[in-house]
Amino acid sequence: MTAAPDPDPADPDLAGTDLVTRLTGLVDALRAHGLRIGTGETVDAARAVEVLGLADRDLLREGLAATLLHGAGGRPVFDAVFDLYFPRGVGVPEGGADADREALRARLAEALAANDTAALARLAVEAVDGFGGYGGSPGSDGWSAYQALDRLRPQTLLARVRDEVRGRDGSGSFADRLLEDEIRRRIEEFRRLVTVEARRRAAERRGRDEIARRALAPTADRVDFLLAGKDRLAEMRRTVRPLARKLATRLAARRRRAARGTVDLRRTLRGSLSTGGVPVKPVLRRRRPARPELVLLCDVSGSVAGFSDFTMLLVQALHDQFSKVRVFAFVNRIDEVTGLLVHGAADPEGLGARIRAEARLTAWHDSSDYGAALGEFTDRYADAVGPRTTVFVLGDARTNMADPHLPAVRDLIRRARRVHWLNPEPRTLWGTGDSAAPAYAELVDMRECRNVRQLDALVGRLLPV
Amino acid sequence: MFTSVDDVSARLAETGYLASPAVATTVFLAARLGKPLLVEGPAGVGKTELANAVARACDARLVRLQCYEGVDESRALYEWNHAKQLLRISAGRGETWDEARTDIFGEEFLLPRPLLTAIRGDDPKVLLIDETDKADVEIEGLLLEVLGDFQVTVPELGTVTATRRPFTVLTSNATRELSEALRRRCLFLHIGFPDAELERRIVRLKAPGVDAALAESVVRVVGALRAMDLRKAPSVAETVDWARTLLALGASTLDETVVRDSLGVVLKHQDDIQKAAAKLDLDAL
Repeated sequence: MTAAPDPDPADPDLAGTDLVTRLTGLVDALRAHGLRIGTGETVDAARAVEVLGLADRDLLREGLAATLLHGAGGRPVFDAVFDLYFPRGVGVPEGGADADREALRARLAEALAANDTAALARLAVEAVDGFGGYGGSPGSDGWSAYQALDRLRPQTLLARVRDEVRGRDGSGSFADRLLEDEIRRRIEEFRRLVTVEARRRAAERRGRDEIARRALAPTADRVDFLLAGKDRLAEMRRTVRPLARKLATRLAARRRRAARGTVDLRRTLRGSLSTGGVPVKPVLRRRRPARPELVLLCDVSGSVAGFSDFTMLLVQALHDQFSKVRVFAFVNRIDEVTGLLVHGAADPEGLGARIRAEARLTAWHDSSDYGAALGEFTDRYADAVGPRTTVFVLGDARTNMADPHLPAVRDLIRRARRVHWLNPEPRTLWGTGDSAAPAYAELVDMRECRNVRQLDALVGRLLPV
Repeated sequence: MFTSVDDVSARLAETGYLASPAVATTVFLAARLGKPLLVEGPAGVGKTELANAVARACDARLVRLQCYEGVDESRALYEWNHAKQLLRISAGRGETWDEARTDIFGEEFLLPRPLLTAIRGDDPKVLLIDETDKADVEIEGLLLEVLGDFQVTVPELGTVTATRRPFTVLTSNATRELSEALRRRCLFLHIGFPDAELERRIVRLKAPGVDAALAESVVRVVGALRAMDLRKAPSVAETVDWARTLLALGASTLDETVVRDSLGVVLKHQDDIQKAAAKLDLDAL
């Protein structure tokens, strides 16, 4: 029932030129996912393979990761690509087609209870083999992890595995209350193994390079805000704090540079009178030690909520860099939500729900209306914006055919130090359908901000010092 | 330095550092390919300790450069001992200028700083550049020259090239993105939290009085805490601290009271403690 053994050095398939092709294929696939890898690193990777040999797949994986990657962010993509180019086995195990669903579930429960990772890996292969195949004719057939998991339903084994472990170890100890979460994590791991296996088989059928480019999830910082699912958004939120710390360092550096100041020509010349017109001592312009204020206007309607939530958290994490941060949320009415974002109290996951529950954001319909919201902002919160304030508007500028209310924006520009607009939609979609983006973009500096990477660059550059 | 990956694990273990396969493989590669090793990871997973352990395992001298904001060439590379040079000049009154000049820029008046120390000499050395991200961007240019070719140019002495490359470890906490050029010259290693099995062994090694059952429950609870999305997830250092605390408290098993009373050893923020207490069903603190 086992798949072909690990690639070994004696395997002629993997020696010489084929290995080089495979390695460069792997590098190409990683580059297609936005990882920057130079030729030098590829050569290093080849030397690593030479030194480590092909006998141990885990060593090979770590060796290649050490030589090819430059940061921890690329690791998930690397692991997935590695699984395709250096698979655990090749081909399809023999005689597994008539698998019995209940028997497999029983063995799975046993492996989960024992936390036997090797057995789980074997069972994942069997699961894909027995339940993941679809289509009859060559060309339309394939392997689906979704289908295999749907038939096997490993998540329903939780109670059974828990009882099994309790029956064996006895309950009552303190760590016992962690058992369910631990089993959930093991099941999650099994699901991942099944996905990897299904992908490997698909790659054998349709070509590794294609699968590596298309079927793998991109790194978290390149996921579109508007397309990201719940898991990816949660993953992004975990990056908020490290990102904020990095931005804070960058801001501090910019501030230090700015503080050196420029020469104040008028005062230098005036001072030079005492030395007969020779400017012996240059006088530097004094900088006011004022920290800038920040106002955020966030569209939190369903379509762009993920983007706004993320940006709000990011700015809140940066709050000690500014003398004042005020955050306003709107759909078609606007309300201040600064209090809901207070440091520490904010639970990032429930943030969006809390904002929608506690703030008055809608009038008599639920679709976003930028014109009405901006108008209300200039009416009600005019005092929030002064000459030291930088305003960020976050949203896709889709007004649902309502009046964009440009005078309100002009008013905002007149009073604020600067106004920036971050739009999570790709630039090519601006102005299509009900988007009022071009009209707003004529007045304010509107930028495309589709993923964490772009946001990071923009925020680092645009935030006032 | 090392003959195989297993050799790395075994010799590091002798010095009291239990390495995961990823760590052992990368250390082996770094030694074999002669490239510097850039180590990143959360605080308290043993990044600095890795360099110490390699130095002990190879009987090498550890040369350490602690980076901080404003560290410069004269702190990192070398400096002339100005006071001594002045003394020398005033002592040799009758000399000609040429004699004095060749003399005061000699070995005797050079103060080698860590980078130069690591490159000169034939004895094996481990160079640790700690918290590289704290240093300014300008110092990275210097590191590029040193780590790329392991050579340094001192205008008065000429170019010093390493006869024996030091095993180099750079650590970073990622407060600032290191430049791509520096990353390219290094092998990259991310040390994360160890898996349960390895962490149990670490606990048993660092807190010898803890029995297997207690170590197991400690590691399980810490594992659960890490899955909780806290402000600061507990690191290996905290796990070991906790095990030692339990030992000092005389607790032989984990129960609700013990965990509640000692949770502050593992978690360092009040809201983390509250969150964890709620999730672990501890009574209100």
